[in-house]
Amino acid sequence: MQCNTQGFDAAATRACQDGHLREVLRKASTVFQAKRKAGFDTFPEAEAHCRRAREARARTLFRLPELLIELESKVTALGGRVHWATDAAEARAIIVGIADQANVRSVVKGKSMITEEIELNDALMTRGVEVWEADLGEFIIQLANEPPSHIIAPAIHKSRADVAQLFAEKLGETGVDIPELTLVARRFLRERFLAADMGVTGANMAVAATGSLLLLENEGNIRMATTCPKIHVAVMSLEKVVADLDDATAVLQVLPRSATGQKLSAYVSLLSGPRRAAEGDGANEFHLIILDNGRSRILADPLLREALLCVRCGACLNVCPVYRAIGGHSYGWVYPGPIGAILTPLLLPDERTDALFRACTTCGACAAVCPVGVDHPKLLLELRRRHAVTSGSGRASAAALAFAASRPGLFRAAAWVARTFDPDLKRLRRCPGMGRLARYAATRALPRLKTPFSRRWPVLAAALKKGCQNV
Amino acid sequence: MRVHLFIPCLVEDFFPEIGEATATVLARAGCALTYPEGQTCCGQPLYKLGQPDAAKKLARRWLELFADATTVVAPSGSCVAMVRRYARFFDAEPALQRRARALAANTYELSEFLVNKLQITDCGAAMPGRVAYHDSCQIGRALGIVHEPRALLSQVRGLELVELPRPAACCGFGGAFSLEFPEIAAAILEDKIADIEAVAPDLVTCAEVSCLMHIRAGLEKKGSRIRALHLAQILAGTAE
Repeated sequence: MQCNTQGFDAAATRACQDGHLREVLRKASTVFQAKRKAGFDTFPEAEAHCRRAREARARTLFRLPELLIELESKVTALGGRVHWATDAAEARAIIVGIADQANVRSVVKGKSMITEEIELNDALMTRGVEVWEADLGEFIIQLANEPPSHIIAPAIHKSRADVAQLFAEKLGETGVDIPELTLVARRFLRERFLAADMGVTGANMAVAATGSLLLLENEGNIRMATTCPKIHVAVMSLEKVVADLDDATAVLQVLPRSATGQKLSAYVSLLSGPRRAAEGDGANEFHLIILDNGRSRILADPLLREALLCVRCGACLNVCPVYRAIGGHSYGWVYPGPIGAILTPLLLPDERTDALFRACTTCGACAAVCPVGVDHPKLLLELRRRHAVTSGSGRASAAALAFAASRPGLFRAAAWVARTFDPDLKRLRRCPGMGRLARYAATRALPRLKTPFSRRWPVLAAALKKGCQNV
Repeated sequence: MRVHLFIPCLVEDFFPEIGEATATVLARAGCALTYPEGQTCCGQPLYKLGQPDAAKKLARRWLELFADATTVVAPSGSCVAMVRRYARFFDAEPALQRRARALAANTYELSEFLVNKLQITDCGAAMPGRVAYHDSCQIGRALGIVHEPRALLSQVRGLELVELPRPAACCGFGGAFSLEFPEIAAAILEDKIADIEAVAPDLVTCAEVSCLMHIRAGLEKKGSRIRALHLAQILAGTAE
């Protein structure tokens, strides 16, 4: 997906003035939060489970190189092929190479953020390969030619009516209610599943001890994409490995609950290598692409590596007030919301991404729901600190504020000047460089400067001493 | 008990009446008050802007201003949360770090101090009407103070406490955030105000001066009849 993070401010402003989008986002955030709450309210010892999941993820980060090597040897022993990709271009080249070699004409895909990250669809389509997204949400945004706007619900920004109209335009048949619309997509996709030469999926986890791939979904499309075509290509970012099935189980306890409130996703696939002689289904060829694309750099950063604990449940998006106001597209790249505001700057160090980590109220709702204990505000503040150091921006005004605030006389004098000449800040908001204050004031009454507390205190103190009952 | 008043900069110049209400409530609760002169800014905006070195200067200054204090109380959770972070600035100065830790443990948000430290829920206040309480992020989530303000409000004569649909949802202020991204902050505030209007209270209250400023600013601009007051103003019974 093309990076457009430098357009954040404009995109976000547009989005939060789009009444239709806001209504869709309000509903989605309410529904997702209610589902998660229901999932956790009926979950005995939820905190202990989250702690175990965090420990499992921490073990991954602690032993990452050896776990990946173990995973490679296990997958290879099962008859699969492992490919290492340093960056997105390498990953694309590997997958295109696999497709070329097997003369692949059509591909069906399971929902995956990682293939969005590496812009796989375009790479395949420019080679003349037909690519179909098989997850309903992904299918919708593929038809609309839009990027996903949510980690687990890529078409969350579209209402049912939007989808009905889109299907009518692009597929020539549509429906009114959700079962009807689903049936339209199902009929269209069923033929593509049966005709596909290759299935491409991401990975929720890869189990080092058994060489197994763990995939979660609710629609059965991943099950189809991994069993119908002769070739299955799975792409994983390297931190998705877990040590063993115990650790996979620990994550599995909290991931669907955090994402959708489900105890377990409708389909859990645990795939270990390609089809063996006695087996009735499964792909004949299995390829696992292990992608770095900047993760090893994050792993080497002790203050920020916590971001790699993330299991992509999307819970932080659903509670984020900023995400609820602006939606996923405003973030300008694959990963939106609080975790996106952290991952995008880390994965794209050469892009202008500072607006993402500045656009946060540090309300902490994200960290409060994260099942693996990522402390998003802490990481965002660290990104702000580094940006301030490297760009030098804000250093002069910070020093000026610290200087003035260290001299109460100066601080009081500045307030006196403002109070005397511009108590309602009417002049200030018209000053050059104060455009944002004027924009603030467009929907909010600015507060009025009053006789300060420090000047009132002597009178108050005397009154309180005389007998506080009379105050 | 001797209490040092911690008056945040927004209270000093924009909402001095909240400082007065806080002092009144504490005095009625039997506290002897000290107001350290020369208070300015606790450093929170600088810290949140990614300028911890500048914030550290103000942290050092705050610790000097409150050098004699054993107990500190503020009508703000975010400023208290900032003081509770001070110790991490002074890894290289163990004595100051110890002092910062000790004082952080004895620096309280007003409702937390009244309910948990003084064990007072009835401040003798009266305020007829329906009142909705907004859980400020830095009070509810950061400091874990959720039941204390409600316990205090439930003892106010004539006051009917109503719950907002999403009481802990952010109001969108976020300090410099609302000036850097005024439209996003406005959108978040719009949702908060819709929640407030949905329960039709006579007034909305919170224990955080910055959220109060933001919510009140939005209500005023809309010409809403719903008023916004700080918790201290309700407890002091000094509103209007």
